[in-house]
Amino acid sequence: MGILLQLLIVVGLSPLLTGMMRQIRARLEGRAGAGIGQPWRDLRKLMRKRPIAPHGTTEVFRIAPLVLVATCLVVAAAAPFVTTASVLDPVADLFAVVALLTLGTVALALAGIDTGTAFGGMGASREATIIALVEPTLLVAIFALSVPVGSTNLGAIVTSTLNDPAQVFSPVSLLAAVALIVVIVAETGRLPVDNPSTHLELTMVHEAMVLEYSGPDLAMVELASSMRLTVFLGLLANLFLPWGIATTGQPLLVAAAVLAFVVKVALLGACLAVGEVFLAKLRLFRVPELLAGSFVLGLLAVGASFFLA
Amino acid sequence: MQIRHVDAGSCNGCEVEIGAAFGPVYDAERYGARLVASPRHADALLVTGVVTRNMAAPLRRTFEAVPDPKLVVAVGDCARNCGVFAGAYGVAGAVRDVVPVDLEVPGCPPRPEAIVDAVRKLTGR
Amino acid sequence: MNLVLGALLTALAVGALSAVAGLFLPRDVRPAVVGVGVAVSGASAVVAGAAAMTGQAAALVLPDLLPLAGVLVTVDALGGVFLAVTGGVAVAVGIYGIGYCRQHGLDARGVQAVLPLFVAAMMLVPVAASVGTFLLCWELMALTSLLLVIAEHRSRPAVAQAGRWYAVMTHLGMVAILIGLLVFAAHAVDGSFAALRLAAPGLSPAVAGLVFVATGIGFGSKAGIVPLHAWLPRAHPEAPSNVSALMSAAMVNLGVYGIVRVGFDLLGGARDGAAGWWWLLVLGLGAVSAIYGILQAAIGTNLKRLLGYSTTENMGLVLVGVGAAGMFATSGDVTLAGLAMAAALLHLVNHAAFKTLLFQSAGSVLAATGRRDLDDLGGLRAGMPGTTAAFGLGALAASALPPGAAFVSEWLLLQALIHGLPAAGVSAAIVMPLAVAAVALTAGLAVATFVKAFGIGFLARPRSPQAEHATESPASMLAGMGIAAAACIGLAVLPTLVLPTIGAVAGASVGATDPVQIDGMTIRLVGVAGALSPLMLTIALVVGLVAALAGVRVLATRRAARAARLWDCGAGPLSARMEYTATSFAEPLQRVFDDVVRAEQDVDVTHHDESRYLVQLVEYRRRVPDRIERKLYEPVLAVMAAWGRAGRRLAPGSVHRYLGYGFYALCGLLIVLVVTR
Repeated sequence: MGILLQLLIVVGLSPLLTGMMRQIRARLEGRAGAGIGQPWRDLRKLMRKRPIAPHGTTEVFRIAPLVLVATCLVVAAAAPFVTTASVLDPVADLFAVVALLTLGTVALALAGIDTGTAFGGMGASREATIIALVEPTLLVAIFALSVPVGSTNLGAIVTSTLNDPAQVFSPVSLLAAVALIVVIVAETGRLPVDNPSTHLELTMVHEAMVLEYSGPDLAMVELASSMRLTVFLGLLANLFLPWGIATTGQPLLVAAAVLAFVVKVALLGACLAVGEVFLAKLRLFRVPELLAGSFVLGLLAVGASFFLA
Repeated sequence: MQIRHVDAGSCNGCEVEIGAAFGPVYDAERYGARLVASPRHADALLVTGVVTRNMAAPLRRTFEAVPDPKLVVAVGDCARNCGVFAGAYGVAGAVRDVVPVDLEVPGCPPRPEAIVDAVRKLTGR
Repeated sequence: MNLVLGALLTALAVGALSAVAGLFLPRDVRPAVVGVGVAVSGASAVVAGAAAMTGQAAALVLPDLLPLAGVLVTVDALGGVFLAVTGGVAVAVGIYGIGYCRQHGLDARGVQAVLPLFVAAMMLVPVAASVGTFLLCWELMALTSLLLVIAEHRSRPAVAQAGRWYAVMTHLGMVAILIGLLVFAAHAVDGSFAALRLAAPGLSPAVAGLVFVATGIGFGSKAGIVPLHAWLPRAHPEAPSNVSALMSAAMVNLGVYGIVRVGFDLLGGARDGAAGWWWLLVLGLGAVSAIYGILQAAIGTNLKRLLGYSTTENMGLVLVGVGAAGMFATSGDVTLAGLAMAAALLHLVNHAAFKTLLFQSAGSVLAATGRRDLDDLGGLRAGMPGTTAAFGLGALAASALPPGAAFVSEWLLLQALIHGLPAAGVSAAIVMPLAVAAVALTAGLAVATFVKAFGIGFLARPRSPQAEHATESPASMLAGMGIAAAACIGLAVLPTLVLPTIGAVAGASVGATDPVQIDGMTIRLVGVAGALSPLMLTIALVVGLVAALAGVRVLATRRAARAARLWDCGAGPLSARMEYTATSFAEPLQRVFDDVVRAEQDVDVTHHDESRYLVQLVEYRRRVPDRIERKLYEPVLAVMAAWGRAGRRLAPGSVHRYLGYGFYALCGLLIVLVVTR
């Protein structure tokens, strides 16, 4: 039951998250914006477009959006967003979740290469570089999070933070949180690593891989992007601020947990959107410096977890 | 409604007006329209400028790249009937000579309000 | 005569018979018979190894076979793992070789006779139980592999050079192992491993350290560990692909076997704390090899060289696990040591499966197109769908992503490393995060490498006429690839079947009990908190895929897709030259890691005769040299060459001088004898 609820929330509300972030951006830029529901309208319209099969692509091009959506669905079902006890608990390991999300990106990169155009190859090449450089920070930050708990199981980490709220304000947690924020920005392709609304191919990373998609495939890619953002923000929220999550199956607690999750993710998304308005995109070869800095923070977090324990 | 802009050979006057139409003052985005980076993502093409000889085939291919159902909007007098460049040696014709046009926006350049009106006709809001 | 001994003897007998058959049968049936023989021998070895892993042991003593020492064979659990892995690889490669050898002109008597001997030698190394037997089998393995590596030297000159490097390095390694084992045996009653085990507690730390380092040099070189890895990326591209598969998936494992056998079993390195620095050294070298290997693979464009460097990377990861196991064991936490060792052994098994598959597909591509450079391939999906699927599966497994095979072993390795923090004190507090970072960077670069290899090599459009006209391989090659693919899928989805056995073996080698427990579909760690269910993950992914597909079918429009040309900005047509190549794909990575990689670029501009301002031709060449070779090997080779030149002056050709040398040496020896008596 918890799984179904989490899936419904993530699938249903993630386009609204994207809409809300675009709306906040528009308002801060002095425009009226299209409204929160615009991404859903766009998805509905895309589903009704006639699909296009470009010459010279293989099954990888057709299957990649499905793999992307499937990985997001599995993570949305397994991660502790609404309840901590999940049937998919053996899958809810932080390493496994991160690897699943990487699988989705890899599928998209392969689809980009499969188009055989320079755009797809360039997007895939840049995305592969960013994945390679984000991995050390990500895994070291997970290491830092797991040391106080003794496990990388998501449910265990959330329960441990619930039982010991002071843990959140320790240096370990704060350093790991900052490192993870940089990682999330890199993995979801937001400013300052990548501009999701750019038209200039030379500045594209994620967009370049999907330039060839249209109709229902594009709808799946867009939905998966929103779901990835929701899932990452949800993980950030529940790993560091888990209050409100339901530890038992009582309907009242579960309803409160849904509300808490939605509020937390919305707040984090709003902060991200406000930050994006004031940031410019980094040059591609400055991104490794940013990621190296976050890696140092992650290493410090692990060191702190040992020396301050 | 996602829109892809194609410059078929314009003097960029219409581009400035389109930029203003999607900017903070006139804000065409609040009616559900968005400029996108690829014709595959688009439902409508916003074509500016007279179609030069070099851009005739690319414009046709861009039109073919847009998935059905699709629309074409010709913005500016040059796009409608070659405007001031009628009869020049580099001109292949107006936009309707190359791709079927569904909506025209007159003016040289058209005011941003006229462009926003055309966008509202496309989105129905 | 129990199952283990019977199966082992069957394997060796079938191997010997196949070698004889390879010498005497006519050319058209030679590859088929030898291939089937190798496969049967391999299957037998798998049975022997599996039985040994579950606890049955066997011993065989043949005192008169070797002068002075005799042949001692003991099959125990640790040897059983390597025996089974070698056998499994032999099964796949044997079947694959039937078609490959015929296609590539490798059905000469020499090659076909030596191939089963190579497999038999690889089966004998893990079961050798005395110094003499071990060295004999090791040398047999080295010689047979050398003969196979230079099999094609008549058609390509680069093969001879690669053979020379391989011969020199493998024999230098053998000398190092010889020195180490002889020093060890000198302190024991005789050369048998049982006697060495008894003598180990009596060794001083300096001698034990010397033995470990000396044998470690030889075994590390065989495993392809930096800085003694230089033979790997040279020998693998030049050897025939089935030989490359055998070498990369079965032979390099024996380097790890040697380190584990000598370090943990014979020297007892898990017991006392003074040996802690050994395992730190192993872990450090493993981490450096992993990063260096995968970085070179990420930048490289030669398909088989890329796979060779990937072998260095994976062996580095295995040694990270072995080193971590040693560090935990010497600081007292044997459960965690067992976990790290189990991760290392499982990664070894996974690597054997996917490396076999990758080399087989690479060989298939080479046979069909004659091209080894990724920049010339592409578009192979249309002509070679089976090979493309096989390489895709192998690439998924190699990049350590779920639901691939290496994901489970990397998960276990990471779990062992992250739980090691409180155990081993301040040194662990510094080493473990760096080790995790190294494993993570390796994983990220491996993803980039295999996306490049699979995407550029097999997808999109062909970049050369040979790639365009490629056709699928014959059925025997596809069958061989199918066997390896089945092993990859089995290890990915159902590692719960092999983990208990491997875990028990790992635990026993460090002195612990089982480090992993299987709970239905889930792998649970013993002593620390951690659980993973690869089967559940795969099922969840499949369900997710089906749900996504169903969602699209239900919600999307039912109109048929319209065929269209690719979006290329309207100008066109798109030629194959406009596609991204492997070089361009890796360029951002090369720029980021420029300090390590230091690519060399040459630009030659030819101007027109009439005017210096008009350019006629620009030639651009970029080479990525192996920097360790540059910095380490070239000075050593220069010193050796200088020494040789200096030595030439000692032998000018005058007989008087040579007689004088003999006279003075004899006088000096007599004086020394008088003085020391």
